[in-house]
Amino acid sequence: MTRLSPFNVVSLTLGFVFLYVPMLILIIYSFNESKLVTVWAGFSTKWYGELLSNDAFLDAAWVTLRVAVISSTIATVLGTMAAYVLVRGGRFFGRTLFSGMIYAPLVMPEVITGLSLLLLFIGIGLDRGVLTIVLAHTTFSMCFVSVVVSSRLMTFDRSLEEAALDLGASAFDAFRLVTLPIIAPAVISGWLLAFTLSLDDLVIASFTSGPSATTLPMKIWSSVRLGVSPEINALSTILIGLVTVGVIAASLGSKQAALRAKRDEQTAARTA
Amino acid sequence: MRRAVLISVPYVWLLALFLIPFAVVFKISLSDIALAIPPYTPTAKDGIWTMLTQLDFENFVFLTEDDLYWKAYVSSLRIAVISTILTLIVGYPMAYAMARAPSEWRPTLLMLVILPFWTSFLIRVYAWVGILSGEGFLNQFLLWTGVISDPLTILNTNTAVYIGIVYTYLPFMILPIYSALDRLDGSLIEAAEDLGCSRIKAFWLITIPLSKNGIIAGCFLVFIPALGEFVIPSLLGGSGTLMIGKVLFEEFFSNRDWPVASAVAVILLLILIIPIVLFQRNEQRQAEAEQ
Repeated sequence: MTRLSPFNVVSLTLGFVFLYVPMLILIIYSFNESKLVTVWAGFSTKWYGELLSNDAFLDAAWVTLRVAVISSTIATVLGTMAAYVLVRGGRFFGRTLFSGMIYAPLVMPEVITGLSLLLLFIGIGLDRGVLTIVLAHTTFSMCFVSVVVSSRLMTFDRSLEEAALDLGASAFDAFRLVTLPIIAPAVISGWLLAFTLSLDDLVIASFTSGPSATTLPMKIWSSVRLGVSPEINALSTILIGLVTVGVIAASLGSKQAALRAKRDEQTAARTA
Repeated sequence: MRRAVLISVPYVWLLALFLIPFAVVFKISLSDIALAIPPYTPTAKDGIWTMLTQLDFENFVFLTEDDLYWKAYVSSLRIAVISTILTLIVGYPMAYAMARAPSEWRPTLLMLVILPFWTSFLIRVYAWVGILSGEGFLNQFLLWTGVISDPLTILNTNTAVYIGIVYTYLPFMILPIYSALDRLDGSLIEAAEDLGCSRIKAFWLITIPLSKNGIIAGCFLVFIPALGEFVIPSLLGGSGTLMIGKVLFEEFFSNRDWPVASAVAVILLLILIIPIVLFQRNEQRQAEAEQ
């Protein structure tokens, strides 16, 4: 299975060209002197300057960052709890409903999630702003965290936890000292996923935010509806750059963490 | 005691912010539009009993009578089906080639597939606006090569919507198919070839059936979100592109008809229940097969 046929090579090449050329064009034209986005008029970084002096964009970026950090942190705690309950919790009243509520948001159209949360917030008279976006983002991203963490919980050696319990650790200590370090890479990738989903979300934020809070995707949306703009190209380039660095760093980091965790687990299993 | 806390915190959170909101949507879908704040009637202030007796299915009757909504549902289904098939056609050969690539390349190839997934969805859709527009890069390129003599109109048509969906959802198709193909035992194909099967026949008789679960998972992962898609049809589609996510958004924000928007959401949910249940059954079967 390791011989690539010419057909394989062609499909990979065309596929990656398709995936990457649109982003490359965006990046190249963010350095375009001209306001006309399809005509090349020489190299310039002036759109980056304009972007960084645009307060509306900076404010929106700040709102987005705050929402993403807070919501992904709460979502990671709740999602890890939910995963632990689903994998280790045994039977309890309403377990089927619980697992349904964990999986349903993963496939729920954003327009429905957004609409339903907005109607709830209005129904209970909660003012819309950063708080309501945080609540909304936490709700859908905790489900993603829970899926990532529970798949890790399912594959790890349960006897390690049992050994800790047999040796007199309380359930909480066993979780804190044995389980948590082992599932840490999954918890971290869950946090990163929740963070990215929150940074990226347009639809749910549009429904649940009020006039006091505009997120970056909402700001981008209102300006791209009017067509292509070089400032948005510059912003896109910055975001693509950050994501690329982040993904590469995270994948290198998680590879090392996974190796270390596996080694620890094996050592622990041998000594136990 | 601790167990009770552990269970109840995420449970109550999801009940309050996932399940109850749906009950609210359902209730409002049975209400009437009103010039008030909030813009519907009856509300709980009128007393629970009066509220319950005033609810009716008028909005749903209205949805069946006005063709716009029917057309939007049918057209969303058609766009979602066509783009799922197109994504499969683009994604399968890529997943197949990745699974056949030398093992030292695979982490890099996987990373190249996953990277766009982490990049802003909105920006990836936006990138196509500049490519597909009248004087966009695609037209410039095709005019320059002499393939066409007049610029093509692609932006603001359904074709642009298909391209947008295939582009943004491609990783969701490739990853499950790749993981199915990666587990496939290569000796099965060798055995088939030794027994006189042609390569293409072995592909049809062994590779395709054994990657079936990956194909099904990938198709659902594209189809389900594509059906309710809002960003892609609004940015790349034209006035003729009817998709239910866009109709819902406009009904709510432009027409401010909350009861009708809620009824549209309830029906979209009913349409989605079937594929979601099928998808979960497929995932469960796969999980059982692995054990």
